[in-house]
Amino acid sequence: MNPYNYLYVAGLLFTIGAIGVVVRRNAIVVFMCIELMLNAANLTLVTFARINGTLEGQVTAFFTMVVAACEVVVGLAIIVTIYRSRRSASIDDASLLKR
Amino acid sequence: MVTSNSLVYLIALPLLGATILLLAGRRADKWGHILATLMSASSFAVGLYQLSAMLGRSTEERAISQKLFSWINVASFQVDAGLLLDQLSICFVLLITGVGTLIHVYSISYMAHDENRRRFFAYLNLFVAAMLLLVLGDSYLNLYVGWEGVGLASYLLIGFWNQKPAYATASKKAFVMNRIGDMGLSFAIMIAFATLGTVSFVGVKEASHNASQTALTAIGIMLLVAATGKSAQFPLQAWLGDAMAGPTPVSALIHAATMVTAGVYLIVRSNFIFDAAPTAQLLVVIVGAITLLFGALVGTAKDDIKKALAASTMSQIGYMVLGAGLGPAGYAFAIMHLLTHGFFKAGMFLGAGSVMHGMNDTVDMRKYGALRKFMPITFVTFGLGYLAIIGVPPFAGFYSKDLIIETAFNAGGAKGIILGGAALLGAAITAFYMSRVMILTFTSPQRWDEDAHPHESPILMWLPMAILAIGSVTSGFLFARGDALAHWLQPVFGEHGAEHSEEHLFSPIVVSAMALVAVAIGVAIAVIKYQLSEVAATAPENVSIFTRIARKDLLQDSFNEAVFMRPGQALTRVLVKGDDVVIDGAVRGIGRTALGAGSALRTSQTGFARSYAALILIGAIALIAGIWVVTQ
Repeated sequence: MNPYNYLYVAGLLFTIGAIGVVVRRNAIVVFMCIELMLNAANLTLVTFARINGTLEGQVTAFFTMVVAACEVVVGLAIIVTIYRSRRSASIDDASLLKR
Repeated sequence: MVTSNSLVYLIALPLLGATILLLAGRRADKWGHILATLMSASSFAVGLYQLSAMLGRSTEERAISQKLFSWINVASFQVDAGLLLDQLSICFVLLITGVGTLIHVYSISYMAHDENRRRFFAYLNLFVAAMLLLVLGDSYLNLYVGWEGVGLASYLLIGFWNQKPAYATASKKAFVMNRIGDMGLSFAIMIAFATLGTVSFVGVKEASHNASQTALTAIGIMLLVAATGKSAQFPLQAWLGDAMAGPTPVSALIHAATMVTAGVYLIVRSNFIFDAAPTAQLLVVIVGAITLLFGALVGTAKDDIKKALAASTMSQIGYMVLGAGLGPAGYAFAIMHLLTHGFFKAGMFLGAGSVMHGMNDTVDMRKYGALRKFMPITFVTFGLGYLAIIGVPPFAGFYSKDLIIETAFNAGGAKGIILGGAALLGAAITAFYMSRVMILTFTSPQRWDEDAHPHESPILMWLPMAILAIGSVTSGFLFARGDALAHWLQPVFGEHGAEHSEEHLFSPIVVSAMALVAVAIGVAIAVIKYQLSEVAATAPENVSIFTRIARKDLLQDSFNEAVFMRPGQALTRVLVKGDDVVIDGAVRGIGRTALGAGSALRTSQTGFARSYAALILIGAIALIAGIWVVTQ
């Protein structure tokens, strides 16, 4: 199977994720879209590793997964805390940093 | 040249006195004036010792020098701090320390009720030290140190009562106008070093034989500028009248007898330059002639006794500068007039101080009158000074002024007639205004304020006046007898020093007769105008335009204000405006730009995470697109 197809899938996933981040308000959904983009990036890393026949891409993908896991923990904790204090999971409500 | 190591004591003693008094502060209040007087007197004693030692040596070996230390030691620029005592300096040394000591004694009593008397004496000692350094320095640079030192002492003493704003302003005025002259001296030193390669008197004298005419003329003119500043000569004369704000002993010592004659000393000391630069020499006589008439005219209109005497000082120094500008024939006479003037003018200033002391510090002569009966000693001493200054034989001024007038007539051609005529006219006006001072103060009917209780001053005050009066009577005769002073000074002025001009326009007897007639006319007018007719106790207002101009010092201040002060202020305003708009504008502009950019960019910070994300996305896409376009 042509490995470039994986790249197309990755591009598609990334696009879906990016659009999701920009258009959705629910923090959980935005969060999931970020995960989607991370995984899209992982997919390209693994694909390029396959195309070039080297292992660096795959190793980096593992690093990304570890970092993503940590990010999920911290991110979810923040979202839950905001929800507890503000009774809302909409990220547009959490705009106190403006001005 | 003989060297000696005792010259430094002349300067060190009064300098030590000033240092002790200034450092000891209030602790020295009880004995400060005595210490200062002793220091000045011991300096005078050293001077007398030096004179006797000098008289014991042959003519060629009379000048002695002392090297203090190597001051500036840079490649081709070598200056030693050194002292030179020759026939010219010793005259000044004895005048400064002698008259200075008398004035110290006078001040003990005059300043007795001033709580800052100690500080006054400290400044007086500082002045004596600086003035001695001025006349003893062996190079222009050493002279310059003393020159600045006397300027400082003069400033401090004019503004001694600086709690009165007008007095503080007067001291600043004197200081600023003196600075202009000082610039002239520093330029002269720089030109001398640049063209002749040396600044010592001996070195410049030798180098001047081979120097270019232009360089010598430039040095001469710059020295003349220096002299006009320090000696209150036209056009830098305006400060002297205001300098009378200082205590009267200061006016007597600094602004009559010694410091203001420093310019004459400078010109006479630089005789080798002026002899070789006729243009500069011509300017010197012009300045002298203008000033002697200028001062005399101002003197006729002043009702303030000290200002009348100040105008007279200006005029008499004009005579000295005129004499000094007449070349080898005149140097000795300039110095002779300087010395006799030191006696009679200091004596008259002290007399004026004595009158003020008895009249509640009133200086307006229209409020005096008939003081002859109440202050007999002051009247006699002042009167002897008066006879000396107007030039009645055999008093001092007769000899010295007559010789200058005679030399001026003998200058040759139209120049001689103009200068001699100016000097003769000046003598007549001098006789008029000095008689006016004398009559208004002592002999006319009394016009006092009711609370005035005139009384004779204590002995500490009249004794110095009496000694100076004796000097006013005898000094001229002693100096002029057999050309004693001229012969004494001859080695300083070189071989042609005492050589008299061969062509005589008038014989000495004729000149003396003309001078006496001029004096008689002046005195007669004054007697008719002030003794024989009523004098108003306040200055009349409906007077001619000439009187009004003369009362305003011939518009010297108006001129300076119109020509220098106002344009200066305008220039300052322009510069301040420029600073405000250009320099501050640039700084503020940078700040304002940053501020504006900040508030414009702030609107992009919405606080919505999604819009940030969108911007990041757009940025990333733009970056990738850019890289793609470039690498394609």
